Amino acid sequence: MADSKAKPGLLLDIRNLRIEATVYPPGEPPKNIVLVHDVSLTLEKGKVLGLIGESGAGKSTIGLSSMGYGRGGVRITGGEVILNGRDILKGGKEGFRKLRGREVCYVAQSAAAAFNPAHKLMDQVVEATLLHGTATRAEAEKRAVALFKKLSLPNPETIGERFPHQVSGGQLQRVMTAMALCSEPDLIVFDEPTTALDVTTQIDVLAAIKDAIRDTHVAALYITHDLAVVAQVSDEIMVLRHGRLVEWGGTRQIIKEPRQEYTNALVSVHEIEHAEQKPGTTPFLSVKNVTAAYGRSHIKVLKNVSVDIYPGQTLAVVGESGSGKSTLARAITGLLPPEEGTVTFDGRPLANRLADRPKEDLRQLQMIYQMADVAMNPRQTVGTIIGRPLEFYFGIRGKERDRRVAELLDKIEMGKGFSDRYPAELSGGQKQRVCIARSLAAKPKLIICDEVTSALDPLVAHGILELLLELQKEENVAYLFITHDLATVKSIADSIAVMYRGEVVRYGPKSKVLTPPFDDYTDLLLSSVPEMEIGWLEKAIKGRRMASAGN
Amino acid sequence: MSSPILKLIAQRIALGILLLLAISVLIFAGTQILPGDVAQAILGQSATPESLANLREQLGLNDPAYVRYFHWLGGVLTGNLGTAMSSGQDIATSIKGRLWNTLFLAFWAAIVAVPLAIILGLIAVRYRNGWVDKLISGLALASTSFPEFFIGYVLVYFFAVKWQIFPGISTVYEGMPFGERMQAIALPATALTLVVLAHMMRMTRAAILNVMQSAYVETAELKGLSAFNVIRKHAFPNAIAPIINVVMLNLAYLIVGVVVVEVIFVYPGMGQYLVDHVTKRDVPVVQAVGLIFAAVYISLNIIADIAAIIANPRLRHPK
Repeated sequence: MADSKAKPGLLLDIRNLRIEATVYPPGEPPKNIVLVHDVSLTLEKGKVLGLIGESGAGKSTIGLSSMGYGRGGVRITGGEVILNGRDILKGGKEGFRKLRGREVCYVAQSAAAAFNPAHKLMDQVVEATLLHGTATRAEAEKRAVALFKKLSLPNPETIGERFPHQVSGGQLQRVMTAMALCSEPDLIVFDEPTTALDVTTQIDVLAAIKDAIRDTHVAALYITHDLAVVAQVSDEIMVLRHGRLVEWGGTRQIIKEPRQEYTNALVSVHEIEHAEQKPGTTPFLSVKNVTAAYGRSHIKVLKNVSVDIYPGQTLAVVGESGSGKSTLARAITGLLPPEEGTVTFDGRPLANRLADRPKEDLRQLQMIYQMADVAMNPRQTVGTIIGRPLEFYFGIRGKERDRRVAELLDKIEMGKGFSDRYPAELSGGQKQRVCIARSLAAKPKLIICDEVTSALDPLVAHGILELLLELQKEENVAYLFITHDLATVKSIADSIAVMYRGEVVRYGPKSKVLTPPFDDYTDLLLSSVPEMEIGWLEKAIKGRRMASAGN
Repeated sequence: MSSPILKLIAQRIALGILLLLAISVLIFAGTQILPGDVAQAILGQSATPESLANLREQLGLNDPAYVRYFHWLGGVLTGNLGTAMSSGQDIATSIKGRLWNTLFLAFWAAIVAVPLAIILGLIAVRYRNGWVDKLISGLALASTSFPEFFIGYVLVYFFAVKWQIFPGISTVYEGMPFGERMQAIALPATALTLVVLAHMMRMTRAAILNVMQSAYVETAELKGLSAFNVIRKHAFPNAIAPIINVVMLNLAYLIVGVVVVEVIFVYPGMGQYLVDHVTKRDVPVVQAVGLIFAAVYISLNIIADIAAIIANPRLRHPK
């Protein structure tokens, strides 16, 4: 890029930014690692730059450096951050405090966690404005209400009187955007603002953010791992990997003509070809008319749900949070005994309660969870974790057990050497692979996968999906695949059940479910999945037939 | 205020009353299994089988235990705690003045200790892991680690003997002017403050540090709030429930656990009264004092529970 001082419209100019942190690996002396290697970027007034990369790419770290902020023990050790013509790194603590919340504001990934539960929304929205004295309380509140309106929040006049727990996640994310805009900053750092939301809610929030940016002429750094999302809002995109710049260019160039191999991999990551298998004659597991509720609540989380699972095939259950998809898994496994209906396995009914089921039934149904790291005992080695079902279900011990563990590790494409490692030493993808091996060790007929790829980076998730498909071929195991991500569904499912508010609204073979005509909800769900195409957002909003549940 | 909160509060109070009843049973049963009975204790060496039988008849000791329990409980509920055996005085009358003295001492110790502990806790968090934090934690730990009698005697040595600022013996009497009374309790109140300070301070520090990890604390920092305002406005309100709990535990200690300090300073409070009558094996007094201590303990903990319920915005403002 050209010399910044020549450009009059320049807002942010980061030069050779170097960020380091000290890490404390277990059993080793602390060491210094470099998180960001001499990255430079510029941003003009009113423009949006997307920062994209996998976790650990340094995108949030770079974003926060524009406010002089380092999470944890992160230190900015080199380079310059020039904002509005001055190097903010020379301003010291006082200087940072003056620019935070005034010149630069921040929108966090999880607004639900980023709002203080003890204060009303309005008090938090106007706090920065009042602190920096840029407006009186009355003016600031008037501004906030106008912003609530612009972001199409319900009851803009009174929503500020509410506490964070009284407002839904998608609405909170918009309130947080209003909070950032309220002090009329020059720059907003959006840090994965829609990642924690359902697809159908994400599209609304995305549109609201885009409109707000356009109307207020604020500049933005938009951080995300989802290229399709960033393509909708940004003028330019910067691809980062391991704290280094990979590619930087206009949005169209990055998604249509990526010059680097890594960018190309990111752009094309979603597609796995998976030919649909026709359902067999008899399902081995049938869920019939199951209704379930938590506690003695009158609110039924599952209403009259019926699905079938065929040997060696995958049933994907799709829906947004609160639609009852995880509850269905809990009903099948017996963790939540259904109030009505039955689950039949191999032609005989399964006991409703987990405690009443024989060990053999438990073995046949295994689970893998979204958070692999909390699903494993951190004080057990990988070998112990995978070996446990072998001992528990088959009584295999000693050398034979070690041999089987090695075999399983081989199946999940991890070497024998991992057997002595602890979960904390593994990457996110490796942890999930260990969980897969653990469930395979029981030689089950069905593995329930509950959002197993949702917490992973796209490229890693891709690898996990391929592994699952391959294992299905080898072991003839069936999957009940719970997800909110429709791209995943397309790559792995044989049949699909779409759930909405506890009911199955559409069910059948993949080809049939994904072929029009659609019911309104499936249409909303399908049309809400971001596509890597400029202008998709406006088209999708226009073509919608029903509003999302978050509104 | 809405109905779920009122329901929760009513539940807590009902539970407290049940607990108190259970404790009254325990106290009564405890004094029953002691060898000997009141008649023997009163007559002592001069007991003859006939006089014992007569006195037992007179005191109703031949009734079954549950009848005596309900008799005693009925008395307690109507404000009649019985008569002290050793002195023959009405227990309720002699306790009233002493309870008042104990509360007076506890009140002034708390007025100093609670805000001091919380402010020190806030300061410790603000300068966490720095020398200020370590100094505060170290001094607080030291003051707790020394036994109360040691602190008491050190205070007496310096303030009463060496510099003669405050009296070493805290005599108070009815109708004593407020200023003199305050001067009399200065040393025991200081000793108590030093004893309870560290616990509350460390709990405040730990509770706030726990909250400092939250995303909303980062939000506040990114608004440009100063470090102390982040703690005061955003961390403290969310750490209040555990802090109230530990404060109430310490207040309870100030009332029921002051025995040693009262004895050192010869302060006419409940603790001394209890110790006196334990040595005299005056069972009715021990029962009465035990019950009052239990009531204080339970009520303060109910207050802590209720305060924590009210401090929770999710309960205060349901969806």
